[in-house]
Amino acid sequence: MLHRFAKFVAGCTVLLVLAGSLVTSTDSGLSVPDWPTTYGWNMFTFPPSKWVGGIFYEHGHRLIASTVGFLTIVLAGWLWMSESRRWMKWLGVAALGAVIAQGVLGGLTVMFFLPAAISTAHAGLAEIFFCMTVAIALFTSPRWIDGYGGHDVVHRHDSGLRIIATTTTAIVYCQILVGATMRHTGAGLAIPDFPLMFGHLWPTHWDPKIAVHFAHRAGALLVAIAVLATAATVWRRTTLGEFRRPAALLIVLVIVQITLGAFTVLSRRDMWINSFHVVCGALVLTTSLVLTLRTWRAKFSTGPNRSVRLQADGTTA
Amino acid sequence: MRLRNFWIGVLGIALAASLAACGGKKDDLDAPDAGGGAAGGGPKVDATTAGNIEGVVAFDGAAPKNEPIKMNADPVCVKANATPQMQETYEVADGKLGNVFVYVKDGLGNYSYDAPGPVTIDQQGCRYHPHVFGIRVGQELTIQNSDPTLHNIHALPKGNAEFNTGQPIQGMKTMHTFSAKEVMVPFKCDVHGWMNAFIGVLDHPYFAVTGADGKFSLKGLPPGTYTIEAWHEKAGTQTAQVTIGAKETKAANFTFKAPATATD
Repeated sequence: MLHRFAKFVAGCTVLLVLAGSLVTSTDSGLSVPDWPTTYGWNMFTFPPSKWVGGIFYEHGHRLIASTVGFLTIVLAGWLWMSESRRWMKWLGVAALGAVIAQGVLGGLTVMFFLPAAISTAHAGLAEIFFCMTVAIALFTSPRWIDGYGGHDVVHRHDSGLRIIATTTTAIVYCQILVGATMRHTGAGLAIPDFPLMFGHLWPTHWDPKIAVHFAHRAGALLVAIAVLATAATVWRRTTLGEFRRPAALLIVLVIVQITLGAFTVLSRRDMWINSFHVVCGALVLTTSLVLTLRTWRAKFSTGPNRSVRLQADGTTA
Repeated sequence: MRLRNFWIGVLGIALAASLAACGGKKDDLDAPDAGGGAAGGGPKVDATTAGNIEGVVAFDGAAPKNEPIKMNADPVCVKANATPQMQETYEVADGKLGNVFVYVKDGLGNYSYDAPGPVTIDQQGCRYHPHVFGIRVGQELTIQNSDPTLHNIHALPKGNAEFNTGQPIQGMKTMHTFSAKEVMVPFKCDVHGWMNAFIGVLDHPYFAVTGADGKFSLKGLPPGTYTIEAWHEKAGTQTAQVTIGAKETKAANFTFKAPATATD
């Protein structure tokens, strides 16, 4: 049950990421000028008839965020009360802290008229929080607790796989931060054509916005190389599905992500393409994270976690 | 028992969070700063020697088409506009350009001027009225919502303080003053993304906005040599040097063209 609830929270967080990205994609970030109220109303009683224009996206985002916040309270409490693994209790607390901090950052973006640094931090922390929810779902899975049937012990000394997976995850996160910086500094169309740049392979002139945009395109290439290298390493070193499945998914997601990125530029930032590009980026990150965490489990594993017993309701004892 | 206490605690936190987001309805009235009065503290302009600068702003060539506005995001806005709406970017008629802000950019001495009354910008039919206008430093700006829907009035100045005020109630008025001169301050509504306006903030009264006939008039100027600037939201700016003597009226005409590259 706990694992299912954790997956539910992670799934709701995907919707929250989409809702948040739609706010920026529709330029609705300041359509509700006050916080935590909404035009003076309690945010939970703001009449639906007034959810018009940009308010639909911004207010909707706040409601979804509040729901995810509440679910995180439940998840953290459930973990604290039922988990025998002490670090899992504290991971739940950390996730709760992260979502509260996210709420505060969201409020600050409104109160200070969307300063780029705070908006980018809000985006960056959103990704971290999403990673936490996915990690909790992973760590509460029966397969993880069981140690993947003891198979992961085989890879305990495979530092090469761990290093490349971890590095790829870090590169993906850095690329997301660059992308967030690009979005929140208005540089999304600083280079207006694709795949060329001002009709050339390299920008013909530079300014800070062009530099950020170029960094994001270069970062995409780096991510693609890192993902291919990770997948190749996985394929060479193991036949286990718990590694090969996320590696294969990673390749598919990166192809989709680059395509979405191209069409974001070509469509001049169509709001849906732009927003799904953000969501897909988050999925690339968490897929890489799942693969990475599984490689690390092998390092510390001595087989199934015998100190943890999976109970019928899905909690551990 | 432990699990029951847990769920009671969860419900309590949820209730506390809801109450924390409470807010009553409130009017968002900013008291206007004292101001709108004299600039510089110098002598008043001698009306017996004051002159005028008048002119016409023309548009050369075919004007780019104004973008159509889709108001589907708010049914109130659709209902308020029976005819298709267009942006007001290029108001060109018979080769004359409207919505051009013309003002004295340089050349004025240190004079003081009579305190002006308030200026109003109205949100009606989900459009700003007027689209381009001028105001004095410290002069009261009344922001009115005449629509039966919510608007937020969001000013994006560079030299003045940014503000973003919600106006959820029809008939609401909010007052604001600007503390520094600035040409131009863009206004937008984040709820209705098509709404935009521009305000020129000056520390003197010598400014005008051209009408459909492209004409402007800057009256009551002391004799002297002035830099007159004409500003258009897309076509850019142009300047002219004009020297007027005592009780003289001189002409300053401007001609704009469409910008060479399309801008967003």
